[in-house]
Amino acid sequence: MTDTTNTPAPRHIPDRLDKPLSSAIFSWEALLVIIAALIFAINSFASPYFLDPYSLSDLTFNFTEKGLIAFAMALLIISGEIDLSVAAIVALASTLMGMAVQAGAGTPVLVLIGIVVGLGCGAFNGFLVTRLGLPSIVVTIGTMSLFRGIAFIILGDQAYKGYPESFAFFGQGYAWWVVSFELVLFLTAAVVYWFLLHRTSFGRRVFAIGNNPVAAQFSGVRVGRIKFILFCLTGLMSGVASVLITSRLGSTRPSIAQGYELEVITMVVLGGVSILGGVGSIPGVVLAAFIMGLVTFGLGLLNVPGIVMSIFIGLLLIVVIALPIVWRRLRGGR
Amino acid sequence: MKAILKYREIWLLAAIAVLIGLISTRFPAFANPGNLRQVFNDTSILMILALGQMVVILTRSIDLSMASNLCFTGMVVAMLNAAHPAIPIPLLIVIALAVGLLLGAINGLLVWRLNIPSIVVTLGTLTIYRGATFVLSGGAWVNADKMSPDFIGFQRAAFLGIPVLSWIAILVIALFFILMTRTALGRSIYAIGVNPTASVYAGIDVGRTKFIVFCISGMIGGLSGYLWISRYVIASVEVANGYELNIIAACVIGGISIAGGIGSVGGAVLGALFLGIISNALPVINISPFWQMAISGSAIILAVVLNARGERRQGRIILRKMEAA
Repeated sequence: MTDTTNTPAPRHIPDRLDKPLSSAIFSWEALLVIIAALIFAINSFASPYFLDPYSLSDLTFNFTEKGLIAFAMALLIISGEIDLSVAAIVALASTLMGMAVQAGAGTPVLVLIGIVVGLGCGAFNGFLVTRLGLPSIVVTIGTMSLFRGIAFIILGDQAYKGYPESFAFFGQGYAWWVVSFELVLFLTAAVVYWFLLHRTSFGRRVFAIGNNPVAAQFSGVRVGRIKFILFCLTGLMSGVASVLITSRLGSTRPSIAQGYELEVITMVVLGGVSILGGVGSIPGVVLAAFIMGLVTFGLGLLNVPGIVMSIFIGLLLIVVIALPIVWRRLRGGR
Repeated sequence: MKAILKYREIWLLAAIAVLIGLISTRFPAFANPGNLRQVFNDTSILMILALGQMVVILTRSIDLSMASNLCFTGMVVAMLNAAHPAIPIPLLIVIALAVGLLLGAINGLLVWRLNIPSIVVTLGTLTIYRGATFVLSGGAWVNADKMSPDFIGFQRAAFLGIPVLSWIAILVIALFFILMTRTALGRSIYAIGVNPTASVYAGIDVGRTKFIVFCISGMIGGLSGYLWISRYVIASVEVANGYELNIIAACVIGGISIAGGIGSVGGAVLGALFLGIISNALPVINISPFWQMAISGSAIILAVVLNARGERRQGRIILRKMEAA
């Protein structure tokens, strides 16, 4: 208290403590890297067709579309909200793109429609949650039915086809050799979202809101506005994913992307994002996306039906989350 | 009169009455007692499921695996019945309850012992249980011709002019009413939802109570498994796919707060009935069934908006009383 002579000069206060190497080794991302490497090794032993550039390229289609949504969803979940309507947004955007095709729209217009519809749906969710102060899980269960319901009203049991040929590039085209356009977009989005979350004040605010929304509000963070932006981003990414999926399938049914919302959330949680908010990282989500892609593709090569794969994904989710807890207990001697 | 209007259930009941009134302007026979009884019977399974989900939501948790549990248990009893038609139906129901209880207990243990958020646990078991159904059945279906006449006929048998299925729903509603209003467990479930920390100080074992509510929702899922399969007489992996969200929707429309602590048996039942009436009415008033999803989605959003209003108003009234005192 009296030691005023020795006052250190104003120095840079780190916003997080330097981590020792051991914590980096035992970090979530490291765990995911190990799991991914294991599955990769098992896959290459189990099937001779796995280690082929074209197989590996096909593999990426398993996760790129869901992964794009997962990045925005990660930010949303870190801020303490959730969006269950993403798959329904994909369906609605795809349906409206299909309508536009019937009206003779060209590729640029289609892409624009997909993105704008996604953004609009996201803004609608954001409005209900932030302006009316409603719990996001319930709101998005409602909008999930509403958005997909509108797609069903428009389409019924019909399907839209006849997308222009140039439109097929987004979901089927390759940027270079076996590197698909989808993969390039996925990696670009990963970098953008990594920068946004981990290197900007916006990202810091997202974490602050997730850890303590009230304290964040009192610290001058515009909680409502940031959450609104995050809902818009999630809608936007769903719109982008809708363009990719529609382009890849070349047709639209109202049941398109059914059940994607749970897969996207599984991806995010597997990536180390706490469902309670405040914790998470984009590299974790990228790794989780790879792992889910590897598991489904590897089992697919072994002729394991999709529904059995989902057991592995479900087990993976629970085991990966339970492991650190059990590990800590055992070491704590409880 | 004002005291009555404060109850959310009254408003919901009024909304249902208006709904039935609107439907009967286009199709007068809809409001017949016979038809309404039919609607009640059609909605029985959703009501039962909504009650199971309600006790979970009241404790600030959620059970997304109910529909998968229903699918798995339904397959178990259907295969048992196909292989051993001699097993009496009451015993099959006990087996369904036991299998459902087991699946619910797995959820509950993970939530209780490992402290994993329930939404994550049940998101995982949602896919695991449905996948397990595929492994169990090898992807095959159990059709009506493999089920015994008793298996299919039990819930259709009329007792005092009402099908057994409706009686089971009435029994479950009564049991939940007693549980929530007349037992210590019911009180603890509400207490945990309102304030988990205070509940600990009040001597409530929060973890154990959560375990119990997951066991309850599991048993309900199992019971509904038998009821569903014997009603729609087909057991497959696709049974009740995505239905978990309908169950939650019924709870939300019934005024059960997803934040826990607020909700009643009457609300859950009426919420389920609301959805049941819509799905029954659309075909008879010549609206394409494709409209159903959008209508129930709008109903959910509307219900949340109204419920949020109600909760806020309650808060203000308490404040005014204190100022006056």
